[in-house]
Amino acid sequence: MNSTQALSRNTILDSVRANQPAAQPMPTIPHFHTNHFQTNQPADLVAAFSESIARMAGVVVTEDVPDLDSFLRARFPDAKVICSAIPEYAGTIKPANLNHWSEASTIDVCVVRSPMGVAETGSVLLSDTELQVNTIAFLAHDLVVLLDPKQIVPNVHDAYEHPHFKLRSYSVLMTGPSGSGDIGAIVVHPAQGVKSLTVLLKPPPNVGKRTG
Amino acid sequence: MSRPVDQAKNAETFLADTVHEQRLDTLLWAARMRRAAARQVPEWEELRTLASEIKEHTLSNLSDYMIQFEARATANGVIVHWARDAHEHNQIAYDILAEQEINLLIKSKSMLTEECELRPFLERRGIRVTETDLGERIQQLDNQPPAHITGPAIHKTNQDVAVLFSQKYGSDPNNEDTAYLAGVMRENTRPDILNARAGMTGANFVVAETGAMVVATNEGNADLSANTPQLHICSVGIEKIIPTTESLAVFIRLLARSATGDAITQYTSMFRGPRKGASMHVILVDNGRSARLGMKRFWHSLKCIRCAACMNTCPVYRRSGGLSYGSTYMGPIGIIMMPTFEIRKYSELPFASTLNDSCTNVCPVKIDIHEQIYGWREVMEENDQIQVVKKEAMRVADKVLSHPALYQIATTTLSTALEVLPHFAIYNRLNAWGKHRDVPEAGAETFHAWYRTHRPKTNEEVRRG
Repeated sequence: MNSTQALSRNTILDSVRANQPAAQPMPTIPHFHTNHFQTNQPADLVAAFSESIARMAGVVVTEDVPDLDSFLRARFPDAKVICSAIPEYAGTIKPANLNHWSEASTIDVCVVRSPMGVAETGSVLLSDTELQVNTIAFLAHDLVVLLDPKQIVPNVHDAYEHPHFKLRSYSVLMTGPSGSGDIGAIVVHPAQGVKSLTVLLKPPPNVGKRTG
Repeated sequence: MSRPVDQAKNAETFLADTVHEQRLDTLLWAARMRRAAARQVPEWEELRTLASEIKEHTLSNLSDYMIQFEARATANGVIVHWARDAHEHNQIAYDILAEQEINLLIKSKSMLTEECELRPFLERRGIRVTETDLGERIQQLDNQPPAHITGPAIHKTNQDVAVLFSQKYGSDPNNEDTAYLAGVMRENTRPDILNARAGMTGANFVVAETGAMVVATNEGNADLSANTPQLHICSVGIEKIIPTTESLAVFIRLLARSATGDAITQYTSMFRGPRKGASMHVILVDNGRSARLGMKRFWHSLKCIRCAACMNTCPVYRRSGGLSYGSTYMGPIGIIMMPTFEIRKYSELPFASTLNDSCTNVCPVKIDIHEQIYGWREVMEENDQIQVVKKEAMRVADKVLSHPALYQIATTTLSTALEVLPHFAIYNRLNAWGKHRDVPEAGAETFHAWYRTHRPKTNEEVRRG
């Protein structure tokens, strides 16, 4: 830190110290498992998650998708470049094949697995661990996210306990495709990011078939 | 010295344009009603109380949390800068960009960079800036500041945008379809997103415990601006610090529900450090915040999380439009924040309110907005030099007129005062004095007595006859 910066730092901190009001206590934050997300029964959380993400224009596929490739080909018939960030599916490219992060704009469909969903909001968690190249989730045309229904937590308080938020360089709670209400307060998709977000409720292959 | 912004006069101009005035009123009231979504959360009031308490705790221990944030961010590989004011902030940002010879910057929306007037600062030095938030980009293309803190171009009709885009991008001026217009913006902005070597964001919150910057957007444009280039600069007001990730949850549950009525924004993103080979800078900005922290009646405005709920509910804002305030922050929160930046320029803003307290009722962090508005009016009354001189002139007039023998002595005193008073004070003193200079003819009658017989009648008196 140069001398100007040291001076600025000290000036600001001195001013804050001189002016800050008498210390007030930090409240205890409850988890609020008292509302309609209180139950941890998977079926209820799946229903709540699906309802929440639908409100944000995300699509949830609850039926079993045995063959991911045929599913994607049927859903995105014009897709040429499919980037897979999951080990069980090859796609046409892997994130590691991208030389620059801006090259993700050539991707038609991006497939990635989320480690957590949030029932209250319909969000899925993604980080640099899952994405490897963060821009694949934003510069691709369409995004498909796999989520183990067992990994859906009730609310935002539960969500922020995920270790990603303390360990990862980048993490995002993503809720529906990119949208904007900036013209006429009518929300349209996409704005700058992906045109669609599809969530497949699907456990990872080594976990076995889900029950119920 | 800058002239006070005349919000009422600006509002008259806006009101005369009935198309825009009625549209804004309707849109904002709809947004206000969507807040009903908040009622789905049974613990809403408890969350508001918690948010207020967490903010008060953090602000009253701010120096410790700033040091903790700095240490954690530095450990994460982020370079932390300190800016005492807007100019220092802009210079730091420029120096970072100039060092890497960067001439194109992509930016997500940040009210702080508006406050600092960063964009013109960089553009004067040869750096092109592209806003990536749709509303902010519209305002940039139209050479206007944001008219609303979450919907910068909310006052514009689809037709306004279609015409603007046709002029700037050559798109169809007659196609007013919202999706078409959003598509035009996307096509024209994407090349800059892919080519820029630096991106800039603000932050809704920064977490002391982890050194993380948290940004909420609906478009994903902060994620694009921060992730696509190899250099990310994040500007943060020092009041945005919160203690922990656990406390972040409280604010995230309140923010979007208060702003748009949605449970969460599409992208709630957390940036903790640069990826391999990239660099991340954070600029902690004071620019008057630490001074406001010492204002006993007004430091609570630092709790603001910029949701705009107070604007959407405010009858004055809805009917007068955000640009009428002539300030970075507008609406109820704006009229209590702006005087802390420049008291004279914004001396009339606290009068742009009906004191109906609906702003206070919707505020997710329980800022006593309407009480602060009232408080600022008192300050303006007490401190405003024009008002003081007017009052003094009245007092002198009263005394002199009731004791004509003092008249000659008073004349000497006045001419001495005229030499030291600034021009506007002299002007107003003469005005106040001049109004009543013919009064000595009334003889022994006091000024108050004269005034009682000459002042306009009150409504009550008119009724009584």
